[in-house]
Amino acid sequence: MKKVINRNQIFKVLNISVVLFLLFSISAFAQDEANASGGDPVKGKALFNQNCAACHSLTRKMTGPALEKVEERLSEDEGLDREWLYAWIKNSPGLIKSGDAYANKVYAEFNQAAMTAFPTLSNADIDNILAYTAAAPAAPVVKSSEGVGVAAAQGVSSGISNEVILGALTCVFGLLVMMLFLVNKTLRRIAEANGVSLEQENAEKRLPIWKAFAQNQFLVLVTVVLMLLGSAYFAYGWMMQVGVDQGYAPIQPIHFSHKVHAGDNKIECKYCHSSARVSKTSGVPALNVCMNCHKSIFEYKGNAEGPSSEDLANGYTNEFYTGEIKKLYKAVGWDEENQNYTGESKPVEWVRIHNLPDFAYFNHSQHVSVAGVECQTCHGPVEEMEIMYQYSPLTMGWCVNCHRETNVKVEGNAYYEKIHSELSKKYGVDKLTAAQMGGLECGKCHY
Amino acid sequence: MASNKKYWKNEAELNPSDSIVETLKQNEFVEEIPVDEFLGDKENLSESNTNRRDFLKYVGFSTAAASLAACEGPVVKTIPYVVQPENIVPGVANYYATTIANGFDFASILIKTREGRPIKVENNTDANVGGFANARVQASVLSLYDSTRLQGASKGGEPVEWSVLNADVKSKIEALKDTGKQAVFLTQTYASPSTARLMEQFKTVNSSVNHVVYDAISQDAALNAFESRYGQRALADYDFEKADVIVSFGADFIGDWQGGGYNSGYSKGRIPKNGKMSKHVQFEANMSLAGANADKRVALTPTQQKIALAKLYAKLAGTSASGEIPAYAEEAVNSVAALINKNKKGSVVVTGLDDENAQAVVLAINEMLGSRAYDAVAPRYVRQGNVNAVNKLVADMNAGKVGVLVMDGVNPMYSLPNSAAFKSGIEKVDVSVAYATNWNETTEVTTYTAAANHYLESWGDVEIKKGNYSLIQPAIKELFDTRQFQSSLLNWMGSESTYYDYVKETWTASVLNGADWNLALHDGVFVVKDEVLQEVASISVSDEIEEELLVKKNSIDAAVRALSGATSEGEFELTLYSKTGMGDGQQASNPWLQEFPDPITRVAWDNYVTVSKADAEALGLENYNVANGGMDGSYAKLTVNGVVVDRVPVVVQPGQAKSSIGFSLGYGKKVGLKEEMQTGVNAFPLYQDFKNTQSVSIEKVQGVKDHEFACVQLHKTLMGRGDIIKETTLEIFNTKNHKEWNPQPMVSLDHQEVEATSVDLWESFDRSIGHHFNMSIDLNACTGCGACVIACHAENNVPVVGKEEVRKSRDMHWLRIDRYYSSEESFEGDDAKKAGFDGLSGDNGSLGGFLELEDPSANPQVAFQPVMCQHCNHAPCETVCPVAATSHGRQGQNQMAYNRCVGTRYCANNCPYKVRRFNWFLYNNNDEFDYHMNNDLGKMVLNPDVNVRSRGVIEKCSMCIQKTQKTILDAKRDGRVIEDGEFQTACSAACGDGAIVFGDVNDKDSKVAHLKEDDRMYHLLEHVGTKPNVFYHVQVRNTNEA
Repeated sequence: MKKVINRNQIFKVLNISVVLFLLFSISAFAQDEANASGGDPVKGKALFNQNCAACHSLTRKMTGPALEKVEERLSEDEGLDREWLYAWIKNSPGLIKSGDAYANKVYAEFNQAAMTAFPTLSNADIDNILAYTAAAPAAPVVKSSEGVGVAAAQGVSSGISNEVILGALTCVFGLLVMMLFLVNKTLRRIAEANGVSLEQENAEKRLPIWKAFAQNQFLVLVTVVLMLLGSAYFAYGWMMQVGVDQGYAPIQPIHFSHKVHAGDNKIECKYCHSSARVSKTSGVPALNVCMNCHKSIFEYKGNAEGPSSEDLANGYTNEFYTGEIKKLYKAVGWDEENQNYTGESKPVEWVRIHNLPDFAYFNHSQHVSVAGVECQTCHGPVEEMEIMYQYSPLTMGWCVNCHRETNVKVEGNAYYEKIHSELSKKYGVDKLTAAQMGGLECGKCHY
Repeated sequence: MASNKKYWKNEAELNPSDSIVETLKQNEFVEEIPVDEFLGDKENLSESNTNRRDFLKYVGFSTAAASLAACEGPVVKTIPYVVQPENIVPGVANYYATTIANGFDFASILIKTREGRPIKVENNTDANVGGFANARVQASVLSLYDSTRLQGASKGGEPVEWSVLNADVKSKIEALKDTGKQAVFLTQTYASPSTARLMEQFKTVNSSVNHVVYDAISQDAALNAFESRYGQRALADYDFEKADVIVSFGADFIGDWQGGGYNSGYSKGRIPKNGKMSKHVQFEANMSLAGANADKRVALTPTQQKIALAKLYAKLAGTSASGEIPAYAEEAVNSVAALINKNKKGSVVVTGLDDENAQAVVLAINEMLGSRAYDAVAPRYVRQGNVNAVNKLVADMNAGKVGVLVMDGVNPMYSLPNSAAFKSGIEKVDVSVAYATNWNETTEVTTYTAAANHYLESWGDVEIKKGNYSLIQPAIKELFDTRQFQSSLLNWMGSESTYYDYVKETWTASVLNGADWNLALHDGVFVVKDEVLQEVASISVSDEIEEELLVKKNSIDAAVRALSGATSEGEFELTLYSKTGMGDGQQASNPWLQEFPDPITRVAWDNYVTVSKADAEALGLENYNVANGGMDGSYAKLTVNGVVVDRVPVVVQPGQAKSSIGFSLGYGKKVGLKEEMQTGVNAFPLYQDFKNTQSVSIEKVQGVKDHEFACVQLHKTLMGRGDIIKETTLEIFNTKNHKEWNPQPMVSLDHQEVEATSVDLWESFDRSIGHHFNMSIDLNACTGCGACVIACHAENNVPVVGKEEVRKSRDMHWLRIDRYYSSEESFEGDDAKKAGFDGLSGDNGSLGGFLELEDPSANPQVAFQPVMCQHCNHAPCETVCPVAATSHGRQGQNQMAYNRCVGTRYCANNCPYKVRRFNWFLYNNNDEFDYHMNNDLGKMVLNPDVNVRSRGVIEKCSMCIQKTQKTILDAKRDGRVIEDGEFQTACSAACGDGAIVFGDVNDKDSKVAHLKEDDRMYHLLEHVGTKPNVFYHVQVRNTNEA
């Protein structure tokens, strides 16, 4: 049954792919057409992403207006030519000041937020950008569904191969077992027929093994001792994990994927957790930090190759992620339609994952800024974590162990110069560990 | 010589047969563990069906249940900002400069905020004037988080909108225009240029408005005297650092005299430098902080002080004054006059007598001397209350001439001696409004109660001293729906601008003179250049013509005559004073201040009448210690002019002048306070005519159970080990080798006498690498003001335990200021004195002399000694801890891991300095201890970098390891070497006297390293061999006579 369904899906996907391929090729033709008006849309795209994308989208009103086919619209609606656009892009405040009617209209329409002047852009650059905006690709909705389709197809196909192999192996094993059983049965029948007596009767006369065991006191003693030791071992192990929340991965109010941010997009940890540099806390970033990027990133477009089967199985579709971004907008009070803050915000109540007890003092900046410890050393492969979890046990033994093994980074730090030379002489070592520096004293963390 | 002196902490110690004192000496923990409280009484216990086995079953079950329950960790939420303010980083403290000006305390401070919450007050070291935060100012941050604060405007107890209140008051004031009735603003002293301008502006708009300034504790006499001499209503300023001879007649200038803040200058002059230090002679009735610090203290009643002052003036002016004072006082006056005559410019005379003549004479003396320390050119503005105006207001109110009464920062129903007249008057006022932070006696009788801002939520400005301006800026947005009075004034005037704009406008127009506003706001203080002031002054001086001088001289002569003719009407003379902890009583609901032990009597949670020992015996009043270590005392009844204050507890005060009694204002508030905070007896009814001295009669209240004090003076005893205080005189200090006046204790080693420091039980540990923290405490500079005690409370989340617990020796102060009395009786000097007797009576008569010697408590010398954990390098506590909860760090700190402590209290037993405190109870989230740690608001003051300790663990001074660690981390992050002065503890930073210096002794150039090499350096109980990291400097007294 299963196989049949899969086959049907494959056909469907193939059909869609063909259709999409056709669509895509049409848009490619459109791009070729745009090239004729002087400008390279490929270069234009790069320039657009670099300079314009923070405030403009092709299809949406953001901080600035949507730019799809902007030149065409301007010349049709306002009768403005490319020269006007040159002037506007290179020095919009100047144009506004000069009293240009449309310039002032746009300025007023967008909350009097003047557009940054780009005097560095040459006319050719602007031509390229305009070429890109004129040759806007097909609607992104279709594109995303294409991604899903392809990914789905891939995921399903790899699933088939694995399952088929496993299924076949299971069948072979089953057959072998059945054969053995049948052979055994046949042999028995033959033996019975030949009058060969089996050992069963002899066995019944012998003492059962458990009785023999019970009668041997030494064995019993050894076993009991072993059992006690074993249970003590497990009890100790169980006790030791009380209060240790390694692997704690609570469900958060917004599904924030470190994998997407730190992994796929390679955002530096301390961009968001900036207070880790200077403070004892790493700081859950304030929502305004999120909005630095998410003001313009309003939807999740996924990887180039689309979501993996694993993601799909978990429901991490593009729509899902986009939905989480909307949750952010709701919390911060961002009105997407009008591109402004409503002022109605609702702080996000994250569930704290790393909980040190109150009597332990830990300072991030000491480790991050002074010692230069990578975040991953304690927090694990965060860039691979779809759901953040506690990687390290955060027990005192774990802390102390690291302090014993880690050398203090003294190079280039004037603070350490004197103490390092004196202490290294005292201990006769080149490099000092944190423990030798006094990092194991109770009062360094408990006060 | 130091070692011959006998020190005592309490009168009872002078009695060799007092068994309680002996018991207290031997017992570290006076009471057994309070098992009764959870086991109930014995009878019930024996009747109960629960036997021991059942009990164990229950214990077993509940332990198992508890540990099972503990397996599931709680879900902790973390909620970041939606929009994070630019300059706030969670976990990093911000400091803002602001100023407190509550009408009693004026100080420029820095306020430390964490995540936007003000949590600690620090001294603003940039401020030349008012840069010292005393104990009350240190504690004021907790009053911000007072759970009993008013949270919005109300009318007759019912909440009302501010708009209603504003509209009503505004229309009523306007309606008064032609009625002949006045609208009166009765306020505290603001000393604020902006508020003054605002008042003037308001008056021009509404001519019926009258502004009356009222100080609860008045300096009216000093203000009047200054005004009539210099034509300006202000207080002469003094710089005691520049004075070589300081003579005070009843002025507690280390306490709250003229608004306080003189101690830092005083202390600088007290440290012997190049063989010189200032000489301080104090004539006074009560034992005050200034008297306690004096080189020579002459106990006199207020009347005698007046005569003595007149005699001093006469001596200096070359005339004579009549009047009788005791021979020893006469002698003291003569010797003081001789001292002054030797060094006129270096001498200064001050007085705290509320007597215009006395004040005028003092001004005349200082002017005559040309004293360096005297400053009439740039006087202080911190008291401006006008007694006549207040009296007239009360009369006007009763005559129905007042239509609107608005009050701010005052509580006349509590603090006016004639509060009954005020009450009947306020009933005749159409609309009355009281701006107050808490519900109080006055808000009870007013039409409207306007919830006022705390100063940490307000804008404003202050001119503490002429030309020295400070800015008040808020450190937090209003916690509740409160307004500041000035904002309302602007509103009533119909102005749209905020008070911030108004202050800025005033400053740009008339203060800054082109300087930068933002810089002034950042610094918190702004000083007008000296030249500008000098110019103004020279004009006023040159204008003086001879005729005026003559008039002045004549008036002074009259004043001297009046003084020398002073007589006392009653049998006793009462001197009313304010206590270091409570001041004028504004912060009565502040638990830190309530639990702050008075520096002199060491009594917390109370006020009392202080009586000399001789008078106490005559009146049958007594103090005695009971079995649990607490002190009990009789009650007395005081009568002044027919006004009776009944049931005032009595403290027998060594050094109290005979026939005089003392009684502190600021206590006895009842309205709007939690029950625990309703402490003491209100002394304001006796504050008649706003005079701090009154004729009084006192008698014992019979037939009532004696009062139970929370007095810590016999607590934490050192088990009879002496040699705590070392003291010498300036003469010996200058002439003899330090081995004589600061001898090392000797011990016997192999039958040889050797210095105690050379013998050691332990292996020594190399401490030459890295930081090694030491703290230096100069007993000469310490005035005992107690700012460090409160600073320590705030920094280290020290719990408040309440009166009952303090009484049982369970106070939690990590830092205590021990006060020791010593008497000349056991001085070598006494022998000399006895030998000097000449004849039966007269100056050197043996009759008076022996009487003096008879009773050591008649006029003792006082020494203050701040004691915290000494951080011994060979700490006795560390060796006895069974679980190694306390251990030593390489940086010299004795560290305490609370989570490791199991509460055996061995360490406290073994500590020779008695600085370890045991958490007998859970002091947070516990209704039994309903102080700030029992409500969410009060908990906002907690320092997030320091643990809140739980029940059953020992805690103690950590030498502010959180602060030293932070300093180190900051330096590491910047990659730089730490400079001297960066390391601070809460107490060393709070010390305005420069007595506590903290630093790294391995930094050979540091101040503390130099201090450690000083000849005056000694350790407490050197012979015990603990090698402490806290050291003291021998106290030197300037006993040089002329």
